[in-house]
Amino acid sequence: MPAAIETQVLVAVGLAAVVTYALRLGGLLLAARFPRAGRFRQGMDALPGALLFSLVVPSIVSEGIWGVVATALTAIVALRSRNTLAAMLSGMLVIFIARKLGQ
Amino acid sequence: MKDRKSDFLRGARANVPVAASAMAYGSVLGVLASQKGLSWLDMMYMNSAVFAGAAQFVMVDMWSGHLPILEMALAVLVINLRYLLIGASLEPLFAGRGFLHKMCVMHLVADENWAVTMSEQRRGRATTWFLFGGGVFLYLAWSSGTLVGLLGGGLIKRPEVYALDFAFTAVFSALAVGLWRGKKDILPWIVAGGAAYLAHESLPGKWYIVVGGLAGAIAAMSRPCEPAGDKGEKDACGN
Repeated sequence: MPAAIETQVLVAVGLAAVVTYALRLGGLLLAARFPRAGRFRQGMDALPGALLFSLVVPSIVSEGIWGVVATALTAIVALRSRNTLAAMLSGMLVIFIARKLGQ
Repeated sequence: MKDRKSDFLRGARANVPVAASAMAYGSVLGVLASQKGLSWLDMMYMNSAVFAGAAQFVMVDMWSGHLPILEMALAVLVINLRYLLIGASLEPLFAGRGFLHKMCVMHLVADENWAVTMSEQRRGRATTWFLFGGGVFLYLAWSSGTLVGLLGGGLIKRPEVYALDFAFTAVFSALAVGLWRGKKDILPWIVAGGAAYLAHESLPGKWYIVVGGLAGAIAAMSRPCEPAGDKGEKDACGN
């Protein structure tokens, strides 16, 4: 018999789940009310790229010059091959080697 | 019907590269969770209900005999604030879909399948089923990783040694290449990157993603409206 879930776990995780789900669905539903043209639209169109770039910048910088080399190689492979897996592995290889050398 | 299935499977396949890393990190979370005394049922409940990697790490870290319920919820709110922007950016993809469909698919939106879908959308081949296929696949990879870690010890004790932590950065960078729209993105991306870096240095948690994304979008708003006919794109001013 698996242990039943404690009430406090049920509540704590449930509340965290509600918060997370509200953000996910809320963003989608809210965006339907945004203006469909003009400057606001320009901002929304730029959002995916800006978000994704923001996601990676600090972790690239924290790897120093090797982070920049790894990302440049990843971008080149992604552009040339259109293969995300190959691009990912080439970037990881640079970091793997850099860390080995740095030990 | 056939399209749904093929889009679903295509979405799952497109997430294979990043799912391997998600699984490795899931196993790390599983090990931490076993040290905190979570049962496999607690773990699966969290995986299924919350399904957000970074937030789950913080929740397990805050885990104790007497759970700090409100503090936990607040921490999760701050870490997952980026989903508000991620959700908003998915609005064009969901155009014309019913409310129930939105409710179901949005639950399984993570950074990874969102990024893969955005890149696919730029090639005109993304659908909500593609997004959903990626979400289900990531859920399976993440959950099995956490259970392996919880019940059997970590798959890989220190993923950093194999640069697995950089896997996420590399995948997101590769996908960002696909989102690049040419020279009109120069300013927004510089602003986004600069703001994200500064926020990362000065603010806790995942604020930097929100700050960078918003700063980039605002920078894009400062650009004057382009006249129609630019490579056949629709006029941004709505003309």
